[in-house]
Parts: sequence; C-alpha cells; structure tokens
Amino acid sequence: MPFIPNTDADRAAMLAAIGIKSVDELFADIPAAKRFPKLGLPEGLSELEALREIEALAARNTSASSSAWFLGAGAYNHFIPAAVPALASRGEFLSAYTPYQPEVSQGTLQAIFEYQSMMTELLGVDAVNASHYDGATALAEAVIMAVNHGGDSRPRIMIPAALHPEYKGVLHTYLAAFAIEIEEYTDAPAIAAKKADARTSCFVVAYPDFEGRVHDLSGIADAVHGAGGVFIVSADPLMLGLLKSPGSYGADIVTAEGQALGNAMNYGGPFLGVFGVAQKFVRKMPGRLVGQAADHDGRRGFVLTLTAREQHIRREKAVSNICSNQGLVMLMTTIYLEALGKSGLAAVAELCWNKAHWAATQIAAIPGYAVADGTFFKEFVVKTPVPAKHIVETLERRGVVPGLDMSRYYPSRTHELLVCVTEMNTKAQIELLAQSLKEASR
Amino acid sequence: MNLTPEPLAYELSSPGRIGVALPKCDVPVTTVPAHLVRESLKLPELDELTVVRHFTRLSQKNFSIDTEYYPLGSCTMKYNPKANEVAAAQPGWKGSHPLLSDQNSQGSIELIWRLQESLKKIGGFSAVSLQPAAGAHGELAGVFMIRAYHHAHGQPGRVKMLIPDSAHGTNPASCSMAGLTTVTIPSDADGGIDIDALKAQCDDTVAGIMITNPSTLGLFERNIEKIAKIIHDAGGLVYGDGANMNALTGVLRPVDVGIDVMHFNLHKTFSTPHGGGGPGVGMVGAAQVLAEYLPGPIAMEVSGKYSMKMPAHSIGRIKAFYGNFGVLVRAYTYIMMLGESGMRRLAESAVLNANYLKARLEKTYTVKYPRRCMHEFVAMGGVLAEGIHTLDIAKRLIDYGYHPPTIYFPLIVPEALMIEPTETESKETLDGFVEAMLKIADEARHNPELLHDAPHNTPIGRLDEVAAARNPVLCYRG
Repeated sequence: MPFIPNTDADRAAMLAAIGIKSVDELFADIPAAKRFPKLGLPEGLSELEALREIEALAARNTSASSSAWFLGAGAYNHFIPAAVPALASRGEFLSAYTPYQPEVSQGTLQAIFEYQSMMTELLGVDAVNASHYDGATALAEAVIMAVNHGGDSRPRIMIPAALHPEYKGVLHTYLAAFAIEIEEYTDAPAIAAKKADARTSCFVVAYPDFEGRVHDLSGIADAVHGAGGVFIVSADPLMLGLLKSPGSYGADIVTAEGQALGNAMNYGGPFLGVFGVAQKFVRKMPGRLVGQAADHDGRRGFVLTLTAREQHIRREKAVSNICSNQGLVMLMTTIYLEALGKSGLAAVAELCWNKAHWAATQIAAIPGYAVADGTFFKEFVVKTPVPAKHIVETLERRGVVPGLDMSRYYPSRTHELLVCVTEMNTKAQIELLAQSLKEASR
Repeated sequence: MNLTPEPLAYELSSPGRIGVALPKCDVPVTTVPAHLVRESLKLPELDELTVVRHFTRLSQKNFSIDTEYYPLGSCTMKYNPKANEVAAAQPGWKGSHPLLSDQNSQGSIELIWRLQESLKKIGGFSAVSLQPAAGAHGELAGVFMIRAYHHAHGQPGRVKMLIPDSAHGTNPASCSMAGLTTVTIPSDADGGIDIDALKAQCDDTVAGIMITNPSTLGLFERNIEKIAKIIHDAGGLVYGDGANMNALTGVLRPVDVGIDVMHFNLHKTFSTPHGGGGPGVGMVGAAQVLAEYLPGPIAMEVSGKYSMKMPAHSIGRIKAFYGNFGVLVRAYTYIMMLGESGMRRLAESAVLNANYLKARLEKTYTVKYPRRCMHEFVAMGGVLAEGIHTLDIAKRLIDYGYHPPTIYFPLIVPEALMIEPTETESKETLDGFVEAMLKIADEARHNPELLHDAPHNTPIGRLDEVAAARNPVLCYRG
C-alpha cells in the first residue's frame, strides 16, 4: 500500500527480530472474542477513484465561487491572496507537530510570534495566544476566565442579546457546570454597562453585534471596572483594520473570529479563535503562548512559554484543557496580514465599508424595503416586504445568495434579512442584488 | 535546515510597500465617522517576494514528517497523503457556507454523514458527532455528556471521575471544566490499572472512568472488560480516550469492550496534517446509552436527502457551526483509500513497527514495563551513563536528523522516552533510527559532551526557557 510501505517480506524479517511467528501474536492481549471484527467498510479505493468521489460530492454544493454572495453571519467571503495557501501548504509547515522541540521548530514558533505581535496591535491588547478553535470557543473561554477571576461572589455575566446565536449556544454548553446567571441585555452596551454590579464577573460586547451594528464602546470600561468586573469584547478583526481597537476602549479580554483574515468559509471550519488580554491577565489566560528567548550564544529564538498554566503541567488545576488549536489557520492569517500589511488591511476594510454602505443605500431605495438604523461596517439588517425565506429561495435559484433569513435563529423575525457586503462584491453584483430584491417583492 | 537567522517581518518592513494589489473602489465612497477611525495600525509593510522568501525560509527551520522521521510518542506522526490536500481544496468546499440551506449544501452534509457512518463502523458506535475541533475538545464533549446523563437520571451527585495515573493531562483538565472532581487510580506492577484501588473508589458518587487504551505506556489494558463492568455496576460510565486508536483500527471496536463514549483524533489515526498545532478533529462516538447526548448538530440521512439535526438530549453546540470541515474531508479521503482491509493493515503495521523498534532497542534503553507493546513503547533515557538525561538524548537525535520522541511523559516513568514509529515508516527508516539511538548510547558513555551540547546543527541551540518565562516577551516591541 502506498502509505504502508513494509511488504510481507519486511514483516517476516521484523517478526524474526522480535522472536515471534505471526503478526496476530502481537494482539494476544486483545479479548479473543472481540478481536479482528469485520467493520463493514468498502474496500480501499485508488487515489484517482477517491478523488473522483470527492469532486462529485463537492460539486453538489452551492459555492461562493459561482454566485453573487451576500451571506455572512459569522463566516465571511473575502479575498485570499495566492501567496497564503501557496506558503501555508508547504510540507514543512503542514506536517510538523506542535513546536515542543524549539531547535527544530523555529519556523512555526517565529510565525506564531509574528502572529501574536500583529494581532496584539490589531486588537489593542498586550498579549495574544497561539489560537483557539474558533471565535465562539474563544469567547466561552474568556468568560470562564473572567468567572474564575471573579470568584464565587460574582455569579452573574452580562452578554448582548444580539450576540451570534451559535456563540450563545456554545457559551451555554461551556457554562453548563457552573452556577452562572447569564443575563442578556438589549440596550446599547454603554447604557447596559451601568447595570454591572458587585455580583457581575464580566460584561461582554459584540463589536459589531450579530446584526452588524457597531456600537460606540466609550465609557464601558469605566462602568465595568468601577463595578469590579472584566470587560470582554468579541470583535471582527478585519473591521479593526479601519476602526478603533477594543483595547483602545479599555477592554480586558478581546476575542475574535479570524476566519476572514485569509481563510476560506469551508462550510464553517476550520476557523480561527483569536484570544488577547491586557497585561494583568497574561498569566491567567488559556492557550499556548510563544515567547522570545536566547540560547547560550545569545542567539534569538522562540519557545513555548508560561506553560505552568497548561494541562500537561497543571492537570486538573490548569486554566483550560486546550492543547491542539488551529495552528495552520493561524499561519494562513499570519501570511495574510503580512502580505496585506498596514495599508492593505485598511484598504480591504474600507472597500467593505464603502460597498456595504452603497449597497444599503440601493436597497433602502427599493419600495417596501428598509435598512435598520445604526452604524454598521459590512453587514446590516434589511426589513423585507415579503418573507425573507421566500426571497432567499427565489434569489438562490438565479445565482444570488442574498443573506441570512433571520427566522433561522429568531422564528418570529420572518421579514428580516441579514446582508453582508465585502470587497468580493462588485458594483454589478450589488446592482443585481437590488434588482433581484425588487423583483422578489412583487 | 536553514541556519541563517531570519529577521522578524517587522524588521523586514519598509514604509510604502504592499504585497497584494487590491481592486479600486467601484462605488461612491461613504465617509467613516471620525470618532470611530483608529489612529494607527502598526503592521509590517512588505512586497510579495519578501513575504514569500520570509515564509519559505521559516519553513526550512522546521522538522516535519515530509522531511524527517518523527517518532513522537502519543502524537501519531504518520505520513499525510497528498491526495487529502487536493480533496480538501475543492472550490465546492472552500466556498460553501454553514448557514446556506441544507438543500444547497448536500455535498458537505453527505460527506459528514459518510464519515460519521465510517467512524461508527470502526468504533462500533451508535452515533458520532464530528463537531469537536481537537482531542481535548472531544474529551470535554464526552465528560459533558456523562455529566448530562447523570443529571437526566436524577443523579447529580455523581461528580467523581476516576483517572489512571498514566493519563494525558487533558483528562483531568477536561473534568475540571465540566465541574467534576478527579481521583487518580494508580497503575499496577504490570502497567495496567490497579483493580483493587479502582474498586475502592466505586461508590455512588462515581461519574465514570476515563481510560486510554492502549495506555500512554503503549500497553493494552487486558482487564478492560472487567473494568468496564466494575464501573457500570457502580452506576458509572466509561470514557475512552482514543489518542491511541492507531493500534486498534480493524483490530477492536472499543464499544465491544464496554466503552460508552470516546473521542478519536482524526489528525492522528486518520492522517490529517498536524499543521504545527492544529486544526484537528476530536470526533466523539457514543454507544446507545449516550448517543442522544452528543454535541450537534450532526448529519442525518432520509431517503437520499441529507440534513443537519440536533440529537434529542444534546449537550448543545460545542463550537459554532459543524466542526473543522476541511479536516473532515481529508480524514474521509484517507478512510476511502484504506478501506476495510487497509484499516487492519494500518494497526498491524503500527504495532509491528513498534515491537520491532522495542526489540532492537530494549537491551540498551530499559523499558519499564517490558511486556508486548502496542503502537508505541516507553523507554528510559537516563540509564545510559552518569549525568546523561533523556533531554540530552532527545537533543542529540536532532543532530542525526531525527525528531526526538516524546520526552518526560508519561509522568510515571522516570526519564521517559515515548517512541511511536507509526505504520507509514519503512523497515529501513526504523533501522536507521535504531543505529542512531545505539550510537548515541555509545557516545553517552565515551563522549558525553556531545550529548550535553546538542543539538549542534540547528538554527539555535538550547534556549534559556526559565529566563523567557520570568520576563516574557510575547510580541515584537520595535
């Protein structure tokens, strides 16, 4: 077999060296009645046959590569420069393990250090770890960190009602074993933050929220810190190429979904959980961290550091159980950020802003349609004259994916569509969307 | 290896450079309110070629499976077939969106369903969830399921999880995150679980046991059926840590010996690339008793139509959307290529390779539990000569072009060297590794400085990790 090189002759020589007669003898410890079951799998396929099957399956999906695409809601269609997959798919990155042996892992370690450096700047925090599974689990671990920090006297957490419903779901799963009161606020965050009290461990803001609204974060840190709580922001990192960072507003922990920075939508994964903290929380944060170090000759190198927080040292007292994370996805984002750089990231964010705002103007001008109030970045809610479900089904048939029917998560919100516009959408596509919406309402 | 120091991207930066040309804005501009705009953004400024050379050079500072033999115990560093990468790069996957209707995502959902079905067959499970993103994440799902089961059955007082002393650190850490307390069960003289110590803990507060089989010592737990019965009789459930499933594909279905819930690391057993630390998949499989508690949604099939549905008593979502889908494509491609007989050949070859290495090395490197091993074994590095430690052997192996084995784990073996060859290595590669290990043993006695100063041919020498942790520098400071 191509991936199992030893032939029967090799096996015979190896058995002789071990001093046994058959491979079966190696499995004498396995209960005899249960040993070597028939699994019921098909026989193996050649590479050609296997890839044909995969290609046929993949072709059955509707893909952003062949549609006018306006669906976001947590998974975003952005441009990925050719250098990103070309470099990240090098076998030396792809097939390396976690960098436990720093002398032979400087490539991975330096890349993580560069990621930490750029992401620290983007979020406006003091330290960023090597990644979490996704934006939702990063936020859940941030809340757990704040709850542990607050102790038993602070069993209350405050989250926005307009947090991504799947993030909310993950948060509930992660907090199942904690006696925590999860309070959802509907006011603007700056107003809701005044209700943080001595029982509140943390106050969470989504920046922007699930409906695309970008709230002013001024004043929140003072209110939350005044009550002794932790200020957590779940952010869109691409937006931060243009808008003020959560850290500049005094956030203690900033989490994000990093998929938009160089990674495809891939039916929802693998994505990138970004996790950053202010200085005073560095030794309490979960996840792997890479630090700068020197060898005996004074040469600069990079190494996994502050490991005393982690499960392989602390076991049940560890701050989290996380070990494997999203290394390769993080690498894609690192390459993306370096390829775009300072002006490129800002330019992509500006394209998103301008195209989304022009699209909103076009849609708001269609009779029967309205765009929700408030500041937004690349995503906004559209009130529709006919059920959004009908619009989605009608437009998808003509190659336009107009956005998310909000009733998927909120059954009563049948006439609302969450529309996302990015640098991928041309003026012609936006005009096609507007024209299609107009026709669908008739 | 590329031995030339590589500057940080920030140090290569020059004002005004950019690595990607972006389209001009083709719509009228809308002004961003001034109070929202960030004042500065200190990212590097690089042209495309500089970026390409930077990352290519960085890649040359890594050991990887594609370049070196990597016998890293417990991590199953097998070869990752290139077809997996082609399979995962299909435009139909890359541009597919988790919130598009099921009807428009039939390809993705069918792939998830097919992989679920394959893994059910391999493990003997009633149902499978592919949502968890890593082994530790699958463990977390599993202990949440056990907790939820006891709560649903009116026994919230079952909060004690039993964990053998050879277990991975993630086991107790996952329990803490699920609000469970942990009790460590010692190993017996043979490397198995001490049955008397186990029985002594089996009261009505037992939630279950987390058992890694083969254990991290590379030994099959011969009493597995007896242990499962003891736990079940005490009202507990059995969690199987599937980190070492590479020894058992086509050899034993874990559910057949009493496992109730288990994770497999698809990035180990089913050959998806480790990527320098992920992304993985910590698929969870459940026997009938826990099937409805799985995290979700999971894929269902009715008359050729595929949909994503939540199990009836699901612990809920453990991640947004449906898991690391791109990794699922790779694992399924690999399973398709191996097929029924390939699965058994995989485990047989992994176990044969490990026993061959053990037979050739154990006279020089003492193995604490010398019975027949499975896919890996744990030798001791500190026995060669006075003043020589496992760390020295590990670092010297690098000079010979081998990635070191896992060291100082499991914790119950002093100076542990945990060696896992995997099935994708040829006899010639194993022989080369044995020669290097024997040479190092000789050097340890006659020229110990070679070991103490190792590695010699790497971009950097041993780093001062204590100083790095005392004054952590976690980002570029200009």
